[in-house]
Amino acid sequence: MAQTIIFLILAVIILGCGILAVTTKRIMHAATYLMFVLFGTAGLYFLMGYTFLASVQVMVYAGGVVVLYIFALMLTGRQDKKDNHSVSLAKKFAALVATLCGAGLFLFIIVSHRFAENMLTAPSEQTTSVKLIGQQLLSSDKFGYLLPFEVVSILLLACIIGSLIIARKR
Amino acid sequence: MDRLNELINIILGIHVDMTWFLVLSALMMFIGIYGFLTRRNTLAILISVELMLNAADINFAAFNRMLFPEGQEGYIFALFSIAISAAETAIAIAVMINIYRNLKNNFVANLDKLKW
Repeated sequence: MAQTIIFLILAVIILGCGILAVTTKRIMHAATYLMFVLFGTAGLYFLMGYTFLASVQVMVYAGGVVVLYIFALMLTGRQDKKDNHSVSLAKKFAALVATLCGAGLFLFIIVSHRFAENMLTAPSEQTTSVKLIGQQLLSSDKFGYLLPFEVVSILLLACIIGSLIIARKR
Repeated sequence: MDRLNELINIILGIHVDMTWFLVLSALMMFIGIYGFLTRRNTLAILISVELMLNAADINFAAFNRMLFPEGQEGYIFALFSIAISAAETAIAIAVMINIYRNLKNNFVANLDKLKW
């Protein structure tokens, strides 16, 4: 199936760029690799047929968050951009061992328990229309999400005011 | 060439199911945790946190898509999660710019004013 090949390509992009993003010395490169991870995630959403979620991922993450990172990097410019103050080799090794143990445990649990054997079908067979999402987000019926929607909008307003107050010059 | 065709046929015979998504997001999560433990620059730590958040989002979407394709709960949870992580990033970056203004660098080793 074509889904398998696309999934494998996306997985290689996500994991490879993810590892590079946490190990590379330059923060700017790390931000760039993070952007590729986010694009790969958007690709996974497209593969699942969730086109609106994928476009939100691209717009908000790749268009907003990564640009914000790069702005912050440039505004905090004069420090040495390399992460020179990195931890000692022993601590790095300990972190690696802890991470590998945790990942091994997680993978063991995931692989040893069978989930429902639903296969991923072609995206066209299972799509969620934007109309449906919009109606659900703004309905106050049983499966509506009006209250969380309004709470998130208040959170975003508070976040705008908060970041302006925190970052302003005194 | 025959070997390549054989390999392609084997790959075409495998179907993507729930486990694949869970394994991918678990690996992504632990890559983020490794970065969180080893980085010393606040911006780099935030990048690792972003990786972990994305792994959680993949899980939301995959559970919805593979187990309950007729519902939209995971989909909308992932949407809200993206909105909240964007808000979190904005606040965190404002804090970092403030730290930089006061300390002239962004390394967590220097952030001990609130420790004692």
